[in-house]
Amino acid sequence: MTLKLDIQIDDPDAFYAALATALDRAEDPAALLSRLALILANQIGDAATLEAAIKLAASERTKT
Amino acid sequence: MKRERVPAVIVGAGMVGLTLAIDLARQRVPVVVLEKAHEIAQGSRSICQAKRSLEIWDRLGAGEAIRDRGCTWKRGRIFHGVRELFYFDLLPQPDHKMPAFVNLQQPILEEILRRRLRDVGGEIRLGHELVSIQQRGDIASAAVHATDGEYGIDADWLISCEGVHSTVRRALNLPFAGEIFEDKFLICDVKMKAPFPAERWFWFEPTFHPGQTALLHRQADDVWRIDMQLGADVDAEAERDPARARPRLEAMLGHSDFEFEWISIYTFQCRTLQSYVHGQVIFAGDSAHQVSPFGARGGNGGVQDADNLGWKLARVVAGRASADLLQSYDSERLAAARENILQSTRTTNFMSPRTVASRILRDQTLALAAQAPFARALVNGGRLSTPAVMTASPLNTPDDDAWDTSIAPGSAAADAPLRTSRGDGYLSEMLGDRFVVLANSDAPLPPNMVVHGETVDVLQFGRDLHDSLGLVESRYDLKAGSAVLFRPDQHIVMRARRFDPAKIADSVAKALALRQYRSS
Repeated sequence: MTLKLDIQIDDPDAFYAALATALDRAEDPAALLSRLALILANQIGDAATLEAAIKLAASERTKT
Repeated sequence: MKRERVPAVIVGAGMVGLTLAIDLARQRVPVVVLEKAHEIAQGSRSICQAKRSLEIWDRLGAGEAIRDRGCTWKRGRIFHGVRELFYFDLLPQPDHKMPAFVNLQQPILEEILRRRLRDVGGEIRLGHELVSIQQRGDIASAAVHATDGEYGIDADWLISCEGVHSTVRRALNLPFAGEIFEDKFLICDVKMKAPFPAERWFWFEPTFHPGQTALLHRQADDVWRIDMQLGADVDAEAERDPARARPRLEAMLGHSDFEFEWISIYTFQCRTLQSYVHGQVIFAGDSAHQVSPFGARGGNGGVQDADNLGWKLARVVAGRASADLLQSYDSERLAAARENILQSTRTTNFMSPRTVASRILRDQTLALAAQAPFARALVNGGRLSTPAVMTASPLNTPDDDAWDTSIAPGSAAADAPLRTSRGDGYLSEMLGDRFVVLANSDAPLPPNMVVHGETVDVLQFGRDLHDSLGLVESRYDLKAGSAVLFRPDQHIVMRARRFDPAKIADSVAKALALRQYRSS
């Protein structure tokens, strides 16, 4: 499974700002990110895509 | 020392050993069951007897007695705190002979199975403990300690059904490694009159037991099973004290009007042997594999082991199949055990998150499940036992045709009502314990075929059965002309869009692991 790594988000800056604001305001940002991951995973659905996304997120090359 | 020779010796008279012994005795295999205990062990232990186990016991003539003695249920409810998140129905499809589950205390179940074993001529020796075992050529030689002295018993096949603490497994020095879970659980049976329905109720973080999980099940005779997670750091001995347990239960039940019948503390591991057939010694049930209790996959998995092994071993003992057939027991049941361990481990990890991060994820899944239906599918309070689907079995004949059903070669038979000249009944009753072809055909078909020494009965629509509700045809996608071949444990091995005697003969040979069909 090859993930789409080119941009798919309509308005990247607006999305980023909205997510950052939500995290800044959250009492528990880790909980928010968990809920968000679950909600977005359900929009994707496809098991292979989800598995590839988890692997990419967990891989060394995406760490700072 | 006195010695005797027996074709099959089963060590352990629990539900797995008894099931196998009944199966073998019904097939006229002389069998001796050795049980070190002098009485049936008390304490209800396994209670949730799954539909597939009930169907297996029904094939052996004990299913109706077990069903009628126990408490039937099919619905479960999941709570988070005081809020019900959702409920599930384990058998939404009607028209099956057996229910989704029957809760019955293991001692009562074992007494029914013992009676059935006596009825079919099997022998149980209570107070006979296997103390050592050696394999010499094609014989397993055991030394047995009994009240009146020690004796030797030589078996063509010795089957260990002793449970987790198997003497045979230790004697053969077989590795039994796996994952250890450190949480301790309080398990108890209480007698009480209660208005709760016959359902499985499971709580995450209940207000009566903060931060943990709890489980409630109804059993027969107004006995209730309560299981409470205690965490890793509690003192097991202290928690076993009824005076310590009572306040926990009072908080859960909201009253004190109950009596303890049984109380224990347990931890568990998930592990399996890497092979279940070692020379003339075969392992089944908890002797072979161990899972957590959440999902009722231990006892029910063991009963499926016995079901899988019985017809194969009977044919090997009778010289109608070679020992090659037993290798399929190994591969089929090892795959099933690995699936059970996978499911059981996932449940345990959801119940007891191992890190702060996984606890956040678990808690947020529960939080979302209250609002968003999709998240309910992620909540794992136990994935309950289902029949093993042996899709990759070397005994199956792959499909040549397209089929519009989830049932496939490797699946256990799906039950359905039908009518015969003797009245209304179920397909599971007609399949019995031999090779059977179910054919939806108007063509003249033989009542049976003899292939490779096996009698294969042909059940034909219109002649032998009437699919009065059309459910046999729809559940198997058995359009006119089609045929399905079942093996003696009622798993499908082949299906075709026409009744083809040559293909049936080839498939029976393959299902018996006859030499020309082996892959290597």
